[in-house]
Amino acid sequence: MAKLAKSPWLLHYDASSCNGCDIEVLDCTTPRFDIERFGIINTGDPFQADILLITGGVNAQCESVVKQIYSQMPDPKVVVAVGICACTGGVFKDCYNIKGGVDTVIPVDVYVPGCAARPQSIIDGVVKALEILQQKRDAFARSQKSDKS
Amino acid sequence: MMRVLSVLLFLVLAPLVGALLDGIDRIISARMQGRQGPPLLQPFYDLAKLFSKQMVAVNSVQMLLNLSYLFFLAVAGAMLFAGADILMCLFILSTADMFLVMAASSDSSPFATLGAGREMIQMMAYEPLTLLMAVGFYLATGSFHVGDIIQMPHSAVLAMPGFLVGFFFITAIKLRKSPFDLSTSHHAHQEMVKGITTEMSGPTLGIMTVAEYYEMILMLGIVALFFLDAHWWSWIIAIVACLVIFFLEILWDNVSARVKWEQMLGSCWGVTLLTGGLNALILMLIR
Ligand code: SF4
Repeated sequence: MAKLAKSPWLLHYDASSCNGCDIEVLDCTTPRFDIERFGIINTGDPFQADILLITGGVNAQCESVVKQIYSQMPDPKVVVAVGICACTGGVFKDCYNIKGGVDTVIPVDVYVPGCAARPQSIIDGVVKALEILQQKRDAFARSQKSDKS
Repeated sequence: MMRVLSVLLFLVLAPLVGALLDGIDRIISARMQGRQGPPLLQPFYDLAKLFSKQMVAVNSVQMLLNLSYLFFLAVAGAMLFAGADILMCLFILSTADMFLVMAASSDSSPFATLGAGREMIQMMAYEPLTLLMAVGFYLATGSFHVGDIIQMPHSAVLAMPGFLVGFFFITAIKLRKSPFDLSTSHHAHQEMVKGITTEMSGPTLGIMTVAEYYEMILMLGIVALFFLDAHWWSWIIAIVACLVIFFLEILWDNVSARVKWEQMLGSCWGVTLLTGGLNALILMLIR
């Protein structure tokens, strides 16, 4: 694996999750699952993150926040929607304030279903995201090169 | 000739050794927490990634200020390894820190500004001991010159053990270790995002990280200075001492929680006064 895939830093954002998925995301950093094995750090800073993990569907209030966080992350970046709420809106789909899944606001690269998504499948999703991140990185490097020439 | 060589070696090797030590640090920390931890070369992967990311410039001066931080830290370290004046080296070290504070306050993020304020409080906390320590070296060896200090018949630590304890205290601040990682932390999730580095991303953060590796080696270099004397075997003792101190810092990092700034300032000044002050007083009396 090349540079980026070896050092992916996560940003976890709770859009409007019931907190079930959030606990599972935090579980990934515990000794039992230890995502730091893959060099993954859970940073709280969009400026330093490569992967955006979002739990829960997007509602009217957090829509602008999601957009802002996404725009603050430097390229190349990927988005992982964790939990069925983040994928489609889930059980909250028909609520009057819910817009739907995360992909109604920003482009999503990996969908991790489950209610709540298990730590194993979250880690699986993140590792999938690493491949996409690598492809994006290569494309980004190419575009930088063509910018210069 | 020896001096030029040692400065060159420092400039080239310090980031590499620093990153390696950081990798060891992260593995040991993980093991202490019952985790497996990242691979040893993880800091190198991180650096490679940071420099390949998109450059998000929040303003036009931050990069320049960060580069100055790196430059002055490298100069301060080079002075120590050239055997120059330790007082000068410590002054340049604090100048370097000022550039980091300016870099952080140049952007509009309230978290970075708070971090910059805390960084200045940290400087206030460790500055008295660094200055006292330079005086201590003078009292113990009769010279401010690193080149002379390491040519003494006995290690400086015999005359100044108190300073070593005090220096251990402020090294925790300098290496951004808990309980004193107020301005920014290496651990995820702190109360003000990433503090002083909040708005640094990609290459800018990479430069800051390299600068921190220079700083780490510089601090360990000063630890070594306590132990070096004219005998060749003192070098072995010095290296072992550096590793022991580094390990103790990691241990301290993992067993303690972050303190408030009042406690940091109070405890640092207290320790400075007790260890450094008493030690200096005794040295003055017996001379
Ligand atoms: S998927 Fe289930 S656990 Fe996760 S946020 Fe939605 S309702 Fe909660």
